[in-house]
Amino acid sequence: MESEQISGEKESVICISDLYKSFGDLHVLKGVNLDIYKGENLVVLGRSGTGKSVLINILSGLLKPDSGTVMVLGEKVDHLTQKALDALRLHIGFSFQSSALYDSMNVRQNLEFPLTMNVKNLTKMQIKEAVEEALNAVGLIDKMNQMPSDLSGGQRKRIGIARTLILKPQIMLYDEPTSGLDPITCYEINQLIRDVQKKYNTSSIIITHDLTCAKETGDRIAMLFDGMFIKTGTFDEVFADSDERIQSFYNYNFTK
Amino acid sequence: MTPKAKPYIFSKGIDSYFIGIYESYVFVCRFFKQVLQRPFHFGQIIDQCYEVGLKSLPLITLTGFVTGVVFTKQSRTSLEVFGAASWLPALISIALVRALGPLVTALICAGKVGSSIGAELGSMKVSEQIDAMEVSAINPFKYLVVTRVTATTLMVPILSLYCSLVGLLGSYVNVHANENTSFAHFFQNGFATISFLDVFTAVFKSIVFGFTIGIIGCYKGYNASQGTQGVGKAANQAVVLTMFLVFVEELVIVQVSNWIKFF
Repeated sequence: MESEQISGEKESVICISDLYKSFGDLHVLKGVNLDIYKGENLVVLGRSGTGKSVLINILSGLLKPDSGTVMVLGEKVDHLTQKALDALRLHIGFSFQSSALYDSMNVRQNLEFPLTMNVKNLTKMQIKEAVEEALNAVGLIDKMNQMPSDLSGGQRKRIGIARTLILKPQIMLYDEPTSGLDPITCYEINQLIRDVQKKYNTSSIIITHDLTCAKETGDRIAMLFDGMFIKTGTFDEVFADSDERIQSFYNYNFTK
Repeated sequence: MTPKAKPYIFSKGIDSYFIGIYESYVFVCRFFKQVLQRPFHFGQIIDQCYEVGLKSLPLITLTGFVTGVVFTKQSRTSLEVFGAASWLPALISIALVRALGPLVTALICAGKVGSSIGAELGSMKVSEQIDAMEVSAINPFKYLVVTRVTATTLMVPILSLYCSLVGLLGSYVNVHANENTSFAHFFQNGFATISFLDVFTAVFKSIVFGFTIGIIGCYKGYNASQGTQGVGKAANQAVVLTMFLVFVEELVIVQVSNWIKFF
């Protein structure tokens, strides 16, 4: 109901309806429905193993759904040809949980790689400017010539985000952006997610089980439980719900 | 309503065995489909040729030389019994060019290059670097697999001919030390017995070995799972399976080339 009201006012960039995904006997997603609107940050919150990462892997075309519809920027992701999917992927930035930086390349090469492989006829100066702009956006311009192995976990996450920003995506997908980081670095990453939203006018899905991250980065929260969304709304709306599953998640996070 | 998971046709183990065969077939077909498609990533192919070819040279040189020396030493005693020690250059040349050179090179490359490709791609797979390429609209198969398999297919024949040559040199050192044979005389005798078909078969065989080393290393690495344990497993399986296939291919190609000679 609430989703329909908002959709009347805002443009939907991602539309998921009746999505199912199983791995053998394990049913991960069991009828997921969700809309993400232009310019908003949506946090998908839930325990480990509830299918959060599977959801964004389907959105980026890394996994195929068993059934259901996934529309991204008006395209049906699972019905696209490889060429069309690649064209769509240029508008989607994916920040991996492990950062997924290319070990054999330094920071500069990590950022140059997606740019030079996708945009032809760029001059050396244009490439340099794009790399510097992306590194400035994440505040790590001084790390340009370092290898990924020389960076801290937080720095790796930031470089991973910078690598996606270099293609100026319309949609950002963050997979557990604060996992394994100390509270101060978590705060910095949360701020960065907000900065990216403002500066690049992106729509984002942030996958997390960290309530602080959800509160600081999310315009809307979608609570995933056992392969289905059980509640969607602002942070306060979601956690005002008396549903035992939501309350136990909230209490466990904050009492810990 | 949740769709029902598909049941196994036979059992989990048997099904996954046949699925594995089918997947490797698809992997090979995918290579042949993409190898002639743009972009060609020439820079990456050259880098891989350097990794496979130049970086294997010291090991191939040592192994080839030792093989030549040892094979000559071992053969001499048997040939001397029949008073045929003068046949040593011919025997060694045929053995090295036809069989030992390609086989030794393939086994060395399976161990050195195959395991390295399996581990590298496996590590990239489990650390989501391959997925990162894919979501950046870069074809990881084309960039990682096609370039590596092309490099091994090009480099192993060259290394194989080099190995045979170094082996002959090792053999000459041993022959010269015992019989004081001249360099020109040794190589004249040696090369006189080698036909075009011998060299052609050796090169063809090495191309097949090179392709096998590359494709198996890439297949095992590209499909690695289960974290760091999976990386080790991928590297290990790449070596074991490649060595097994190299021997099978050797057997088949020798048989076929003998039939060709017969006709």
